[in-house]
Amino acid sequence: MTDLQGQSRDLGPSDDPWAVLRDATRARVALGRAGDGLPTSRELEFRAAHAAARDAVHTALDADLVRTALTGAGVGLDVLEVHSQAPDRTTYLQRPDLGRRLAPDTQLPAGTYDLALVLADGLSPRAVHEHAAGTVAAVLDRLPGWSVAPLVLAQQARVALGDPVGEALGAGIVVVLVGERPGLSSADSLGLYLTHGPRPGRADSERNCISNVRPPHGLGYAQAADTLVALLQASRQLGASGVVLKDEGAALLPGAG
Amino acid sequence: MTVRRTTLGGHTHEFRSLTDVLAKATPARSGDVLAGVAAESQAQRVAAQHVLADVPLATFLTEPVVGYEEDDVTRLILDTHDPAAFAPVAALTVGGFRDWLLARAAERDEAAISSLARGLTPEMVAAVSKVMRNADLIAVARRTRVVTGLRSTLGLPGRLASRLQPNHPTDDAVGVTASILDGLLHGCGDAVIGINPATDSPAQTIALLELVGAVISRYEIPTQSCVLAHVTTTLRALEAGAPVDLVFQSVAGTQAGNRGFGVTLDLLAEARAGALELGRGTVGANVTYFETGQGSALSADAHHGVDGPVDQQTLECRAYGVARHFDPLLVNTVVGFIGPEYLYDGKQVIRAGLEDHFCGKLLGLPMGVDVCYTNHTDVDGDDTDTLTLLLGAAGCSFVIAVPGSDDVMLHYQSLSFTDVLTARSVLDLRPAPEFEAWLAMMDLLDDDGHVRELTPEAPAARALLAAARP
Repeated sequence: MTDLQGQSRDLGPSDDPWAVLRDATRARVALGRAGDGLPTSRELEFRAAHAAARDAVHTALDADLVRTALTGAGVGLDVLEVHSQAPDRTTYLQRPDLGRRLAPDTQLPAGTYDLALVLADGLSPRAVHEHAAGTVAAVLDRLPGWSVAPLVLAQQARVALGDPVGEALGAGIVVVLVGERPGLSSADSLGLYLTHGPRPGRADSERNCISNVRPPHGLGYAQAADTLVALLQASRQLGASGVVLKDEGAALLPGAG
Repeated sequence: MTVRRTTLGGHTHEFRSLTDVLAKATPARSGDVLAGVAAESQAQRVAAQHVLADVPLATFLTEPVVGYEEDDVTRLILDTHDPAAFAPVAALTVGGFRDWLLARAAERDEAAISSLARGLTPEMVAAVSKVMRNADLIAVARRTRVVTGLRSTLGLPGRLASRLQPNHPTDDAVGVTASILDGLLHGCGDAVIGINPATDSPAQTIALLELVGAVISRYEIPTQSCVLAHVTTTLRALEAGAPVDLVFQSVAGTQAGNRGFGVTLDLLAEARAGALELGRGTVGANVTYFETGQGSALSADAHHGVDGPVDQQTLECRAYGVARHFDPLLVNTVVGFIGPEYLYDGKQVIRAGLEDHFCGKLLGLPMGVDVCYTNHTDVDGDDTDTLTLLLGAAGCSFVIAVPGSDDVMLHYQSLSFTDVLTARSVLDLRPAPEFEAWLAMMDLLDDDGHVRELTPEAPAARALLAAARP
């Protein structure tokens, strides 16, 4: 018996060869069979993961829950609420263009700020419920001296909704904290998208993204905030964001969405 | 631009161009609504289908939906059109062509249908599909024969092959190997062992090619490998002398769409020539692999034609017009991947999967389907079962399978290895012949040719699993 490198190796009696496969990857290998299908327990495990992901997409953003979490995390900024032009989830999923525009009656107080933070439900409101407050608190802790606009909580929102919001508030940079498309084993992943000089029409190549903020399994709040603050400082210095910023360091990744 | 009109139920419907007729005749899907080209009512959709059914096929040779001068895909389609192959159906309308196809399918006249390919343009095929029901698409595709080969033969009657997709979030060699072995133990991998790399770099691509190549040569598996990197990356790998079986690329149906993918027709030709030169085939010399999917042009804002936006299914067929120029071993639509803004639910995904398969095959492509979905689409395992079994009935060349349906790198769900076993079992389909012989040699088949369920102690399992040990 030989391994991939051609070296001889014996399987001892205690070795479970299936365990060898399972230990090698997070992929769902060696599930066993019931005839030509999956065993019931495996089938139901898969359905549970899919159900969690589906429910994460269709959960409504609970503004009170987010406000309470922000207060609990010691964030003292005012919170404003906006809605995109997508009236409901069904429309939102089919019309990404509407999720990028503000509802016509939206009023936002104009000012002059270094930074605006937008909490957007995106494809996983659950991610905003669970991780937005912790992330915002960690970011604000690292930005003494920056003027930060009131927080904006956005419903049925895509990343690009941050462009009209940031412009209306008069922010130099906007960061959108958005619920990412749920995976089978990650229904609560938060993404952070940074755009310098926000205004409608900004291209995805003009944004930088930090993905998978989801402690304890994904990126932690402190780690995400460290990276974001480094990006914010570089972006302010450069007067731009996106691909041009990516070249500044390995941790600074371009974004899409 | 020719205005076309028809009266249906006392109401006159008017369509401003052939592009408009094609779009409004398309069965409902979210992407055409997003593009603003969909029919505004059911009656308008059927009226457009009436108008389309009366359009002569030859019209598509003189009224391109995307301009000849500004688009190299249109030039490729029209400049390579074969009038001799077109002759048997040259006098027919779109509706007449549907009737002709159904008649030949009922007669099981595979030669008549299959020999049309180079005489048909993507727009003709898209048009006829729009006046066909799902069962029509299945019945005709089943009698359309496209056989290709490299180290296994694909597309033979009574066969269903599979791409084994052992993706891993960090391209970890042991993790990838574990998924490959799990797939092989389920009789999957006869179409290709094809990895989407987590990092698109020449070094990573070469490392993965060598990894899969080592498994294939160690066990002498009659299949091919592919690392689905960008074609420019594969060119670097070829220059470095890596064992490239297949050149992969995603393609779209317009020049602008292909520009969005960072490819040109010249680049594809150069890479194909490089892979051909290696002469790695044993039963054939098809060395390219293409993926497509409805909505890719729209998502790149590359869906514009001479008379405004073109519907996503017509553009998808034009992507097949690109693919067939490079004699591929494999082409598949990634039908549920792109999201609910293009195909919203199970009904739309099933319809699109059957359309793509039929259209690709009629144009002469070895058509497979990635039967798949994302978590924000209204699709589940019941829908993918339905589509898979319908595709099996339609004579689909191959499907894609990942461990337990869960692609842990691309974060979407495709078929599981057991789904392939089920489709083969229910529909009496078998793997590619060379691969089937290999499975038998490895003692992985029972007396009925069915992939046996192995206990860990089985010699075949222990022999294969030894490779997974770090």
